[in-house]
Amino acid sequence: MKIYDGKYILVGLLVFGVLATFPIWFDHGKVVAPANPSLNTPVIDAMMSKHCILPKAQMITEHMKLLNVWRTEVVRYGKRVYVAPSGKKYEMSLETECFRCHSNKAQFCDRCHNFAGLDKATDPYCFSCHVVPSEKKPGAGKVAMVHKESK
Amino acid sequence: MAKVPKPSELELQHVLPKTDWMDTPAVFRPGNFSYPGKAKNLKVLGLANPREWSPMDEDWKLPADWKNIILEGLRERLDKYRTLKVFMDICVRCGACADKCHYYLGSGDPKNMPVLRAELLRSVYRKEFTLAGKIMGKMVGARDLTEDVIKEWFMYFFQCTECRRCSLFCPYGIDTAEFTIIGRELLNLIGCNIDWIAGPAANCYQTGNHLGIQPHAFKDMIDFFVDEIEAVNGIRVEPTFNRKGAEFLFVTPSGDVFADPGTYTLMGYLMLFHEIGLDYTWSTYASEGGNFGFFTSHEMMKRLNSKMYAEAKRLGVKSIIGGECGHMWRVINQYMDTVNGPADFMEVPKSPITGTRFDNAASTKMIHIVEFTADLIKNGKLKLDASRNDNLVMTYHDSCNTARGMGFFDEPRYVLNNVCNNFYEMPPNTIREQTFCCGSGSGLNNDEFMEMRMRGGLPRANAVRHVHEKFGVNALSCICAIDRAALPTLMNYWVPDVTVYGLHELVGNALVMEGETERTTDLRGEPLPGMEDNENEDI
Amino acid sequence: MGIKFSLAAVVGLILAAFIGVSGGGLSHFFGVTMPYLAILLFLGGVVYRVLKWGRAPVPFRIPTTGGQEKSLPWIKHAKFDNPSTKGQTVVRMALEVFLFRSLFRNTKFELEKGHRLFYQWEKWLWLAGLVFHYCFLVILLRHLRFFTEPVPGFVQGIERLDGLLQVGLPGIYITDGLFMLAVTYLIIRRLIIPQVRYISLPQDYFPLFLLFAIGTTGILTRYFFKVDLIKVKTMVMGLISFHPVVPAGIGAIFFVHFFLVCTLFAYFPFSKLMHAGGIFMSPTRNLPNDNRIRRHVNPWNYPVKVHSYAEYEDHFREKMVEVGLPVDKELEPAPKATADS
Repeated sequence: MKIYDGKYILVGLLVFGVLATFPIWFDHGKVVAPANPSLNTPVIDAMMSKHCILPKAQMITEHMKLLNVWRTEVVRYGKRVYVAPSGKKYEMSLETECFRCHSNKAQFCDRCHNFAGLDKATDPYCFSCHVVPSEKKPGAGKVAMVHKESK
Repeated sequence: MAKVPKPSELELQHVLPKTDWMDTPAVFRPGNFSYPGKAKNLKVLGLANPREWSPMDEDWKLPADWKNIILEGLRERLDKYRTLKVFMDICVRCGACADKCHYYLGSGDPKNMPVLRAELLRSVYRKEFTLAGKIMGKMVGARDLTEDVIKEWFMYFFQCTECRRCSLFCPYGIDTAEFTIIGRELLNLIGCNIDWIAGPAANCYQTGNHLGIQPHAFKDMIDFFVDEIEAVNGIRVEPTFNRKGAEFLFVTPSGDVFADPGTYTLMGYLMLFHEIGLDYTWSTYASEGGNFGFFTSHEMMKRLNSKMYAEAKRLGVKSIIGGECGHMWRVINQYMDTVNGPADFMEVPKSPITGTRFDNAASTKMIHIVEFTADLIKNGKLKLDASRNDNLVMTYHDSCNTARGMGFFDEPRYVLNNVCNNFYEMPPNTIREQTFCCGSGSGLNNDEFMEMRMRGGLPRANAVRHVHEKFGVNALSCICAIDRAALPTLMNYWVPDVTVYGLHELVGNALVMEGETERTTDLRGEPLPGMEDNENEDI
Repeated sequence: MGIKFSLAAVVGLILAAFIGVSGGGLSHFFGVTMPYLAILLFLGGVVYRVLKWGRAPVPFRIPTTGGQEKSLPWIKHAKFDNPSTKGQTVVRMALEVFLFRSLFRNTKFELEKGHRLFYQWEKWLWLAGLVFHYCFLVILLRHLRFFTEPVPGFVQGIERLDGLLQVGLPGIYITDGLFMLAVTYLIIRRLIIPQVRYISLPQDYFPLFLLFAIGTTGILTRYFFKVDLIKVKTMVMGLISFHPVVPAGIGAIFFVHFFLVCTLFAYFPFSKLMHAGGIFMSPTRNLPNDNRIRRHVNPWNYPVKVHSYAEYEDHFREKMVEVGLPVDKELEPAPKATADS
């Protein structure tokens, strides 16, 4: 089979092939383990019934929406209390509420965010304002609890 | 002959039929088609199925296996032309070409939108050559090849002047001219062609030029113009014919020898060559620059074109100069060297007057007279009195072939600006690469097709009318023999006060020749500006 | 008819995936079989089509001449609209491919009373076309975050730029909105411009509806019916490493989106979408206009029957001699001999 201008056509097809299969050769067939966020923090370990604000599946897909709502409520309207569908009340605060249990950003937040390819610098941009929780401070959670109860 | 409606009676609406285009048959009526090729002309050229017939007949007397001939012909051409093969597949029907066609603009018939013209062929291709078309038929725009389809092809492939304007706007460069050229080739396989093409092609093949001028008559006619020139300025030019050993062979369309106003252009050539003392010869054998074979098939184009190189070789010239012509130059630029070259028996053209070497024609060895003249002017070798053309307020029409077959824009403008003082361009989207066809190109400049020609020429005339009204333009210049034949009719129809001139006629007017007597008239015998009174005194 | 047919086809595809996954337990089919099939058809199809075009030679060099040709040295050459060298042709092609140079010339005609024609500014098709193609490209590249591990920096860079507005969480992408706008425009113009509607075939509507559906489902997946991206990426990475797994609990909306994309890829090589490859193969654009400078060779050029000078002279010799035109062979003195021949 004679191909006219075969040189150019083959080079073109080669470039196309290389670009179109980019993910395959970029990952060179390695099996990638799915993200495995760690829920093991002292606070969570100590919990009798391990539950978050919303059911787990919902938290996985919708935590960013929830946080966004919280931010708006707090910053814009000064509302600070969130009533979960379960009836339980939470303070709408990333640092005092979320980080109380999930004090392990590197093992918890980052694992999924990295796996999903989110740009660490800007997306999520929680930490351009908030302080990353320090895992070396046991009892930080307790302070928060006290703080909340004293309200 | 069909009665041509007056401009005021000409109906023009861009309304679409209620029916889908596939269900809208082509209707032949006087004025929208050209007469079919006569049997005797087809026989001279060895073309298929010579017979007497008319497109208005129910029975077109096609050969028994016409369908097979067309499909095999299409298959063969798909394998031979990448253009055709790629253009069959990649059109997205974005519609950018739709209103770029002068025939669509002037007729309002949607099948004159380039995209639909191509779809006429594509729909058959899909049905016969693609799996989806075979299975899904009309759902993927495929349809059977029937006699009605052939009739439709005949109608619309002979309502396209292959001007390529649509191709300029197409995001993929789909060239409808390629569809028309191949479509006409296919139609020729079953004997469906028009006599205005077959006749000239047969003449050209046998006698050497479209008009069938025999060698002695050809010489006589040129000698007549020699006398005419002498009457204008007393100079007797001395052209030679079929002379071996000349430096240049000169080839121009035979329309310049035969029909006004081309003849005045020819006088311009003769005067120019005489003035610079060019060593050149005419040929009675290669006495046709134009090539109506090109409107028949690639093969016929090659057969007719072969004479130029053959004659150049026989006469032993160094290179060839070509006159002002549109499709002649398209053939020279795009095909000649490929089909009839290499022209290794000649030399790279060099102007003996200025010493300029035309490297842009290094391979074909053939230069355009306008670039030759432009070079002469640029080097100050010509004495020109542009005021002799002062009665003319000029505009310039880019022939579609030199425009979109070459990109030949600034050479003629440079010459024009040196031979006349009043020059106004038409609006930008009607000139240069966006130029509109005269409406009569590609073998359609026959009388029976007049209504469509006036319609197709409307966009060009419209632009001329614009500068006529705005700047008082009264003269339209061009470098194409078909234009010189077609534009006067078109102007007469739409913009009656505008006269058509070939560029070298204007050069001839302005050229101050050594030893000439004082001129009182231009080459047409009309008084020169300021000489009107003298003329009266004479009378 | 074409509109309804194409619309029905796209709705059918959506329902097939939705019902198949949520009711039929066909998530393996839609998550593994389909993508493999689609990518095979896409790669194989594109190569097949291009090679098929390549089998036909380019007998003549007939480029579009969009400006002044190369001429005398003092005449300004429009290098990129009418290139005369390979380098200039590459630039011309780049202008076509990246900026849609030819479409930028577009105008729209208007006919007024007295047969007066006017040509209006009309760049909307060019603009929408350009926006559509670039948004598609950005969206495609952004999706690489599901196809790579670790995610390369350029993907994150594109994402950062695209999400620059930082509106909402998940943040909206500029290209999502522009893409939907452009596709909508392309659909609407096809429906309401009479000439364009008249020339449109079912295969012109289908890809537009398909793309509209892909965009819509993509947006739904990201902003409304949110799916577990970790599971999605796990599935995609499984496909890429040829160890396919379909984690349980990915929403059906994702499979609809995914299936539509697979359809697009599988459909691509067998449709007008191949204009993407075709533009590179288009002889009117990928060749320089240098015919008079360099000879173009036609591989199937064949000898034809010509009317030679000798035949011509034989025919006209007497007349030529009579008027003094030179001839190669003088008239034969005995008229009898000519009569016999």
